[in-house]
Amino acid sequence: MSAVKEAFQKARAEGRRAVIPYLTAGYPSPERFLDYARVLAEEADLFEVGLPFSDPLGDGPVIQRASEAALRQGVRTKKVLELVGKLAERTDVPLLLMTYLNPVLAYGKERFFKDFAAAGIKGVILPDLPPDEDPGVAEAAREAGLATVFLLAPTSTDRRIGVVTGYTTGFVYAVSVTGVTGARDRLPEEIGALVRRVKAKTELPVAIGFGISGEETARQAAAAGADGVVVGSALIRAIEAGADPRRVLQAVRKGATL
Amino acid sequence: MEGFRFLDFPVPDERGRFGPYGGRYVPETLIPALEELEAAFEEARRDPEFLAVYRQYLKDYAGRPTPLYFAERLSEELGGARVYLKREDLAHTGAHKINNTLGQALLARRMGKKRVIAETGAGQHGVSVATVAAMFGLEAVIYMGEEDVRRQALNVFRMELLGAKVVPVASGTKTLKDATNEAIRDWVTNVRTTSYILGSVVGPHPYPRMVRDFQSVIGQEIRASLLEKEGRAVPDAIIACVGGGSNAIGAFAPFAYEEPRPRLIGVEAAGEGLDTGHHAASIAAGKRGVLHGSYMYLLQDGDGQIAPAHSVSAGLDYPGVGPEHSYLADIGAVEYAAVTDEEALEGFKLLARTEGIIPALESAHAVAYAAKMVPTMGRDEIVVINISGRGDKDVAEVKRILGEGR
Ligand SMILES: Cc1ncc(COP(=O)(O)O)c(C=O)c1O
Repeated sequence: MSAVKEAFQKARAEGRRAVIPYLTAGYPSPERFLDYARVLAEEADLFEVGLPFSDPLGDGPVIQRASEAALRQGVRTKKVLELVGKLAERTDVPLLLMTYLNPVLAYGKERFFKDFAAAGIKGVILPDLPPDEDPGVAEAAREAGLATVFLLAPTSTDRRIGVVTGYTTGFVYAVSVTGVTGARDRLPEEIGALVRRVKAKTELPVAIGFGISGEETARQAAAAGADGVVVGSALIRAIEAGADPRRVLQAVRKGATL
Repeated sequence: MEGFRFLDFPVPDERGRFGPYGGRYVPETLIPALEELEAAFEEARRDPEFLAVYRQYLKDYAGRPTPLYFAERLSEELGGARVYLKREDLAHTGAHKINNTLGQALLARRMGKKRVIAETGAGQHGVSVATVAAMFGLEAVIYMGEEDVRRQALNVFRMELLGAKVVPVASGTKTLKDATNEAIRDWVTNVRTTSYILGSVVGPHPYPRMVRDFQSVIGQEIRASLLEKEGRAVPDAIIACVGGGSNAIGAFAPFAYEEPRPRLIGVEAAGEGLDTGHHAASIAAGKRGVLHGSYMYLLQDGDGQIAPAHSVSAGLDYPGVGPEHSYLADIGAVEYAAVTDEEALEGFKLLARTEGIIPALESAHAVAYAAKMVPTMGRDEIVVINISGRGDKDVAEVKRILGEGR
């Protein structure tokens, strides 16, 4: 079984929905990213690293700012590979890479996935690629030994759920809102319906992301039937504010514990 | 003239591909909306009632057909081919953009959407969306880069006067590319109630096709007018500027896929020069990649980060170029050239001086290229320059630039 699926099982066995923090690689600086990531990984079941991109059209203002700050410091694909390598040395938590498609294509998709797998990445999340748009991408990721993760949204039709899960080997990333990334106070009620519709089509684990901000939203996600919760903007907001993101993640973990 | 028709073109295929280009690279949230839009457009383009209403608005509201004007003094000055100007500058709101916004607004109305959003660069598309939204009673929100808000202050005021809300975008390069990101984010968030009226032949399928089909009224009219004036429907060459590529594809498409094919020349913005890195020439100097939902030629660095575009003209200041242009470049059906800021300013002055027509800085790129090409052509040859818009919006910026040069 893949490290990614195993992480969901392990969390479940410990009475918890998988806790998946997200940080943008190189934010707030390459060194401090590593420090934060290492500390947060201690509270995590899986860990998501974002590759900064100039045009992150699926992201809200918080992750946009983090992305711009990382790019300003010269954090590009090679540097992200290096940071991932260092992080993998310091944690056993499976690492996921979140990246927009263009940096993958520019690097060459086969080589991109191979190099990231070698650096310690276990799965890849592609937020702007409906997988059937270019099936070669998911195939290249699988051939490099990476689990594939794609997004589904409350607007997704049952037909799209069928198509997208057909290309997924890791877990389904269920977007809680029709919208971009960003912390919210509450999740919309309709998220439960999406999780049910996805689970009717697949045995894959389902993680809810977008809008998870603390204990309450994590609890809502758990109640909606999710197998995992992704939290990103709330962590970055804490870092921006000079607060301790570990507090946020601990609250999420509490909400995600059954 | 019988008026606009929806023509059948050989591209894109049913997946929205022009050869390898195009497609639908967007967050999954939008896929159902794009499928719905595609179905609504397919249905509308086969509906005689929709066609009749669209034609009526093109005529009575946009003021079409626009003239095909024989530019006698310009032709004499250049001393080569006979030059005609396709006067999109005379369409309502002063640019070709209205052809597309009328079509998409009618479609939004047909789909029962009450709110429309758009991105804008020069502000011409934004003004055009604000205009049709006012006319149809739709709520309009226009995203515009902060840099463009500064360069095109008059158009911001125009949009507000028309009742639209203008949202300045401060992220990234603060220009058209970032305004487009922000419009897409709005659409992802409000997709159930909102129509996104995209302004060029870019973006995810079906936009490149739909915008092309609406804009093809330009080329259809060129055929009809030329037949009337010169007894032949096909000129020797058509020149148009290329930002995203909508005015150019509108002029080219009715000619590009059949014989005899005129020389079709798309003119990109070479900015301060192709070798300076400060330009917007995606075909001349870009590489293939994905931005805003489409696979196309793109300005980017070696890591696939999108490179900032530069042009004196805000409407050409975009790092990508529509998938159909990318395809037409590859198959050699259209030639692509690039013209610098400086040359475009010369073109701007040339047309003003010889013909009493102040073109948009975007269109001035096409004029500038014509000024190089026409003198090499024969007296019996015919060239059409697509004057995609009028230059009133640019007069203050040109004054500033020329003033600095003194
Ligand atoms: C007058 C005019 N021409 C050309 C353009 C460039 O767009 P496109 O290449 O889609 O025609 C613009 C865009 O704002 C414009 O306002």
